[in-house]
Amino acid sequence: MFSAVASVLSGIGHRVIDSLWRFGASIRFFFYVLIYSGESFRRLHLTIREIYFTGVLSLIIILVSAFFVGMVLALQGYNTLQRYGSSEAIGVLVALSLVRELGPVVTALLFAGRAGTAITAEIGLMRATEQLSAMEMMAVSPVARVVAPRFWAGVFSMPLLAALFSMVGVLGGYLVAVPLIGVDAGAFWSQMQASVDFREDIVNGVIKSVVFGVACTMIALFEGFDAPPTAEGVSRATTRTVVNSSLAVLGLDFVMTSFMIVA
Amino acid sequence: MSDNIVEIDNLSFGYKTRLLHKGINMQFPRGKVVAIMGGSGSGKTTLLRLIGGQLKPSGGEVRVAGQVVHKQDRKGLQKLRRKMGMLFQQGALFTDLSVYENVAFPIREHTDLPESMIRDLVMMKLNAVGLRGARDLKATELSGGMARRVALARAVALDPAIIMYDEPFAGLDPISMAVICNLIRKLNDALGATSIIVTHDVQEVFAFADYVYFVADGVVAAEGAPEDLRKSELPFVHQFVHGEVDGPVPFHYRAPDYRQDILRSANV
Ligand SMILES: Nc1ncnc2c1ncn2[C@@H]1O[C@H](COP(=O)(O)OP(=O)(O)O)[C@@H](O)[C@H]1O
Ligand SMILES: [Mg+2]
Repeated sequence: MFSAVASVLSGIGHRVIDSLWRFGASIRFFFYVLIYSGESFRRLHLTIREIYFTGVLSLIIILVSAFFVGMVLALQGYNTLQRYGSSEAIGVLVALSLVRELGPVVTALLFAGRAGTAITAEIGLMRATEQLSAMEMMAVSPVARVVAPRFWAGVFSMPLLAALFSMVGVLGGYLVAVPLIGVDAGAFWSQMQASVDFREDIVNGVIKSVVFGVACTMIALFEGFDAPPTAEGVSRATTRTVVNSSLAVLGLDFVMTSFMIVA
Repeated sequence: MSDNIVEIDNLSFGYKTRLLHKGINMQFPRGKVVAIMGGSGSGKTTLLRLIGGQLKPSGGEVRVAGQVVHKQDRKGLQKLRRKMGMLFQQGALFTDLSVYENVAFPIREHTDLPESMIRDLVMMKLNAVGLRGARDLKATELSGGMARRVALARAVALDPAIIMYDEPFAGLDPISMAVICNLIRKLNDALGATSIIVTHDVQEVFAFADYVYFVADGVVAAEGAPEDLRKSELPFVHQFVHGEVDGPVPFHYRAPDYRQDILRSANV
């Protein structure tokens, strides 16, 4: 009985220590990537290629999702607002929800599932097939050649994707609110224009998506780089990318939102 | 400067606590083809990684061109690695690049040559391994033997002074095997390089190596020219060269007594 409790406790302890250790390792990895970034900036074509793979190829899923999210927002928003007789505020509601929260957050979650998993699996397999070792033996740093370009591509793509998400979301909201429900188009746009603040809403949304871009890309890269060189190792790493990115995005979102609202 | 381009001096290394290498001494003279033989798991790949500076020894040292490998900083290590080419066990070709781009990779990374010159170099190397016609294939479209040859072309793209081969014959058909044997000797002599071949294929290597080291239990168990080793009466070498199942190298992995093991599993 006692030994069972002890083994559960030591199991928990091991997991905690292991998580802390991995967290520390990932922070160190992050600084490593920053140090090697100079080298990869000199070959910008590598980063541009990765922007295509992470950013451009994520476009479809992000735009389609944004369209649906915008339409649902308008439906739900109208349903509530019309009870208080302020259905013209629908434009404000859709725009603010998207720009402040849903744009950055949902984009980051989709990004983790679409691009993050691809990054982890690719780098994990490169390690498993000794491609990274081979690079090292050719006196080429895998961090500079493989990791850093992907990192900057992710950090660069995320805010753009989030901005597109918000734009398409607003469009979806408009299509539901104005042609479908019959809200006045002038009211829809003018109230939105009057209430969305550049500094408070748009800049804050961009800050969020940059932070999410750093977090999601970094997690995906670290998990791939750190994956045990086996099929099972890579598959677990891919799962961890999605789980950890999602938790990181939601947690960071809460922290940042509280600072932004108080400030 | 000594005549040995690589020297391993009383080297010991272990991954965790258990020592894998316990005081290894080896010399690799310039221009020679030297083989390192030993069973699977005897630490041959690890030895190559130690020479390449990807691992740090727990004791002793490896010197490449007179420089202690594990005492180099990043720049120094890069300089040493520029002298080395390594053929990995599975080829380790970059799967997102074509055959041509794989061979061009080290040239692009380390030189500023114009594209026309890179092209000439790549064609030359691919021609040497007989795969000039395969330049537009993807790395994933190659057979095992072809991939190995492309990896070889990539390893020698910058004319290294030391070429390391990790199990270059593993999993190849006899013809590809003969082709690779031929290539190793040819490249070694054409480039004036030194070749280090890690393998457990006795017959192939004895046919063309200049010198052979046997590794067992973390030390050099035997060494010598192939013709001397063939005649060797050392039980270990005899077992290896003649491919006997049991001998000084036991067939069984360390295990508790068989009878007891069976009885115990009957009890649970
Ligand atoms: N990264 C590693 N971490 C821990 N142990 C390892 C690692 N790589 C290899 N080993 C162990 O070291 C031993 C020697 O491995 P290796 O050098 O690959 O042998 P060989 O190439 O001679 O077959 C094996 O028992 C293997 O399990
Ligand atoms: Mg090996």
